[in-house]
Amino acid sequence: MADQIASIVQNVANGSKTARQYVLERIERARSSESYNALLSLTEERALERADMIDTKIVDGEAAGRLAGVPFVVKDNFLAYGAPTTAASKLLENFDAPLQATAVERLEAEGAICIGKANLDAFAHGGSTENSAYGVTKNAHDQTRVAGGSSGGSAVVTALDVVSFALGTDTGGSIRQPAAFNGVYGIKPTYGAVSRYGVVAMASSTDTIGCFASSPRDVETVMQVMAGRDERDMTTIDAVYSNKPRPVKKIGVIKQTMTDDVAPSIRAAVEAQCDAWRQAGCQVDMVDLPMLEYSLAMYYIIVPAEISSNLARYDGIRYGRRAEQAATLAELYGRTRDQGFVTENKRRIMIGSYVLSSGFFDAYYSQAQRARTMLIREFEALFAEYDMLISPTTPTTAFAIGENTDDPVKMYLSDIMTVPASLAGIPALNVPIGHDDAGLPIGLQLIGRYGDDMTLLSQARGMMEATR
Amino acid sequence: MSNVYDQYEMTIGIECHVQLATQTKLFSPADNDSRDAEPNSKTHPIDFGLPGMLPMLNREAIRLAARAGKALNADIAHESRFDRKHYFYPDLPKGYQTTQMYQPIILAGHVDAPLDGGSTVKVRIHHAHLEEDAGKLTHHGEYSLIDLNRAGTPLIEIVSEPDMHSPAEARAYATELYRLMTYAGVTHGDLYHGNMRFDVNLSVAKKDAGELGTRCEVKNLNSFRSVEKAAEYEFMRQVDAIEAGETIVQETRGWSDDTGKTTTQRSKEDAQDYRYMPDPDIPPVVLSDEDINELQIGLPKLPHEYRSELRELGVDTSVVNTVLAQQLYAELVSHVQEREAAAAKRVANWIASKLDVRDEDDVRSVADVNDLLELSAMVDASELSSNAASELFNDLMAGAAEPRRLAEQKNLLQVSDESAIAAIVDAVLADPASSKAIEDIRSGNEKAIGYLVGQVMKQSEGQANPGMAQTLIRERL
Repeated sequence: MADQIASIVQNVANGSKTARQYVLERIERARSSESYNALLSLTEERALERADMIDTKIVDGEAAGRLAGVPFVVKDNFLAYGAPTTAASKLLENFDAPLQATAVERLEAEGAICIGKANLDAFAHGGSTENSAYGVTKNAHDQTRVAGGSSGGSAVVTALDVVSFALGTDTGGSIRQPAAFNGVYGIKPTYGAVSRYGVVAMASSTDTIGCFASSPRDVETVMQVMAGRDERDMTTIDAVYSNKPRPVKKIGVIKQTMTDDVAPSIRAAVEAQCDAWRQAGCQVDMVDLPMLEYSLAMYYIIVPAEISSNLARYDGIRYGRRAEQAATLAELYGRTRDQGFVTENKRRIMIGSYVLSSGFFDAYYSQAQRARTMLIREFEALFAEYDMLISPTTPTTAFAIGENTDDPVKMYLSDIMTVPASLAGIPALNVPIGHDDAGLPIGLQLIGRYGDDMTLLSQARGMMEATR
Repeated sequence: MSNVYDQYEMTIGIECHVQLATQTKLFSPADNDSRDAEPNSKTHPIDFGLPGMLPMLNREAIRLAARAGKALNADIAHESRFDRKHYFYPDLPKGYQTTQMYQPIILAGHVDAPLDGGSTVKVRIHHAHLEEDAGKLTHHGEYSLIDLNRAGTPLIEIVSEPDMHSPAEARAYATELYRLMTYAGVTHGDLYHGNMRFDVNLSVAKKDAGELGTRCEVKNLNSFRSVEKAAEYEFMRQVDAIEAGETIVQETRGWSDDTGKTTTQRSKEDAQDYRYMPDPDIPPVVLSDEDINELQIGLPKLPHEYRSELRELGVDTSVVNTVLAQQLYAELVSHVQEREAAAAKRVANWIASKLDVRDEDDVRSVADVNDLLELSAMVDASELSSNAASELFNDLMAGAAEPRRLAEQKNLLQVSDESAIAAIVDAVLADPASSKAIEDIRSGNEKAIGYLVGQVMKQSEGQANPGMAQTLIRERL
């Protein structure tokens, strides 16, 4: 699929198609795709109002923005107007946001139009969108298979071309993995590139805001609008999307991600791509990242710890669904949280509370943070030599719905490829590189050094052009 | 037999929460002054703990902490961090309090607190850290109401070492801390509204025991007097308990001003696991020496600096302490002292003898320095009696100006015109009623002159300069 955003903006600007027509068309596509259960709500009324406002600006000859008239979808953990922000939980089923996420505000300021909110694993906990309180989202290529997660809905609406781009959050692979499962581009930016303000927090130290699109150029356009410092998020950094891409001469393939545990079709696709790079004059080597082996262990200590803390505010006292007929305060808390959270939320809150407990903190949390520093050092050492690292995005293509739900550890293991870049805070991009024998998409993960997001997009563009 | 209490020594450490005088809250742009405001009217979605909200650290709180550190003779950390302290309670919107558990901004320091007798107690500061306040719950039988106006208000918690050994020392430390924090402009110091709250940790042990006893913490004291009284009570309670064969259990106790007693709130066994965790939403606060200097620039004069100035004047310790009870008084005396030491001493004494003001009183204005210099000069020139001068001093401190015009209006100027007084003296001496006194004086009874001077004052309606009247009477006899 070619770049879509530029053509929509152009059509709206020259009047060949109005923003209203685009919104109506995309809402119609969303309705005809209901069987995928990718969207939790449509924000039709507000979207049409905004479309009319943009059309009026165009007619009046006013500047309407770099994304004027482009419909998009947000994952339902972004605070956004027009429909409740549920985080796919019962707890927030009626929560109407009094303000919008910085990312959404910046897109709207450039004329983009949010038409709906996408399904996710409740509070973004999961890798299949099976943990949503509102039902499973189905894979865009095979409805018996998972969409991936946690940003499953956003990936599916992009793959189905309901919208040209959709927002997601990526804490340990929640954009890259569903992008791989559905055959679209999906970026996890450098940590801090896009403000987290107004996005329901999962794990503050690895949460990132990114997007899905059908081309690297479209990803770049969206990220350039969203990225940059925001005084409301102290962890944001200067806009890395205005950096110049680095020339890529040496590419490292992370050895630990090309083992026999990885599906042969995926390994073959990655190797084919490596050959293509070699033919184009790049040096491609297998490289060693020993700490990768411990990444899941660190991730499933640090992330649940932060989750247990970030989810402490959901007590039913000030907002959200509150349990009825509680006789005591403890009962009120207990029942509200029992009814409002799904099993996976509770599992992570319990793990997190455990590792932060007095007497265990040093053995788990502090130790995991030390190991994380070692992982970062290993990445730095590799990047001293290589311009870019690669791995498969996932060890398998999309698995069947229900296949992993009884085995959380097996589910966690499927995050092994994506978690290291999250812990290191470095950018990573899923690039679709073909399909397996069942016709399911295969994803390649490009990993860049800190702040090198543009290098990854530039490489992806080169790959796209080479296959054309 | 000696008093049983004499066999024991108490050891006291104090934790003090100081509310910072920032415009906005520690992590949100909401107004930090919620006194008498509608419940929940001074809140931002950040204070409300809405989903997706992140802390925005208030740089002014960092500045005030740096200044507090200087007042505490403490170093400021080059790198400090924030941590989350978790517990569930309806006044805690995020389910955790953001505080500094591992790397506080203010490092070790000390406070020299003056005691009434003129000596001082040196109290070491372990550290002081920044943290946010919680909201307020009010209970109404069947239901409770939450007011989050105070949630997110910046505090520094100053943790002392256990260096105090009497209620008087505890009170002196609390008072000096209050002066340091208010003088440095760190807090408004409104004790009524809880701007400074003291937690007193006290243990007792036999004097030769060689180790400390088990401590109890009396929480949330909001006056110097209650710090002192609670320490007195707690000391006796613990000694009584030990003498009765009981064991002291580590616990948190509350204090009632009404009953003058402490009561159990919760014991150590109920202590919660706060699951402390570094706050990943707030980058470390990194300050270079230059940054720190800049933050501390223009720190107002502190109590001990005024104290040494006042000592140069040679006034009593009690006068020093009264003057220091209000920063405006200390400043005033200092400004007068820059111009004329004798006048400053007079002003200090007037303040101590004529104004009944405590530390916690809210004094907003004082007399003009030039007016006080003039008032003092009028006393030097014998134009005012000491009573008249005091009266005018009170007027000036209450907002009046121009002492000379004021004295004229109030008819307080002494007549020092020799011929005018001489005429009155002559008339008094000629009065037959004076003859006995005159004879007494001539026969050597000096004291009788007082009667004659009194008559002169009476005739002059109090305006004659009594010294001059006396001289003139002597000349004539």
